[in-house]
Amino acid sequence: MQPRPLVLKILDIVSVIALGVSTYLALVFAPTELVMGNVQRVFYFHIGTAWVGLLGFLLAALAGVVYLVTKEMKWDRLEVAAVEVSTVFFFITIVLGSIWARPAWNTWWTWDPRLTTAAVTELVYIAYFMLRQGIEDPEKRARFGAVYTLLGGVSAPITFMVIRLFRTIHPVVIGAANANQEKMNMTGDMKIAFFFALFAFTIIFVDLIWHRVRLGGLEEKVEQLKLKVSM
Amino acid sequence: MLFEPTPDTSGYMIAGFIVAFAVMGVYVASMYIRNRNLKQDLNALESLQGEEAKPTKKK
Repeated sequence: MQPRPLVLKILDIVSVIALGVSTYLALVFAPTELVMGNVQRVFYFHIGTAWVGLLGFLLAALAGVVYLVTKEMKWDRLEVAAVEVSTVFFFITIVLGSIWARPAWNTWWTWDPRLTTAAVTELVYIAYFMLRQGIEDPEKRARFGAVYTLLGGVSAPITFMVIRLFRTIHPVVIGAANANQEKMNMTGDMKIAFFFALFAFTIIFVDLIWHRVRLGGLEEKVEQLKLKVSM
Repeated sequence: MLFEPTPDTSGYMIAGFIVAFAVMGVYVASMYIRNRNLKQDLNALESLQGEEAKPTKKK
């Protein structure tokens, strides 16, 4: 395995700093929301992780398409990396949403359209790893994975759009909501914390994807060597 | 009183941040451990391959 490139080392440091600054902005800099109190501060991480979660699922679908066209394994590695990192971030999104919902909605969970589609999306991508585990041939595994992420990628825009299409109790943060939906209004300082969280999690996402792609390369090398030695 | 006081939901906030950092920490640790194990496997396989190649060199 090649040594960690300088850019990746810098990105590691920037990621840690960005996470620290984002935590400071969320916990200290942003004002306390008057109706919900301090629990609203998890919203910054909730949105940041949701953004990179859905972005990664779309990236995986795109990598899947490119793999199917080119048959180059590097796209399969990117696809796996995107799905894995996004599944972790999207899990955080769901848990943070549930923690926020307890004092805000008086329940940990409700089968609201947004929560339901988010849970389905997460399960779809957990199943992706189960599918891959069951296939030994690397090319077949990559092909099946690519088709799966292409189909699974549909769940990302559905999850994003569902609160705009159906009647739901989930607040709409980005874009205009219709008259029936609650819109979350933010002060200037809240907007700074919000947009910085989006930026910070994007940096962290790129950093983790890069590391995971490198790990995928190592996995592939070990797998090939195992085959060679066993022959 | 016209307005209700802001509720104290600090416990939920703390729980949320603990969960977020714990999950990220576990993931980064898992990536580190997998990387370390794969490097060990790679070294072992390379040495095994080297040993297998030795008798053919003698011939």
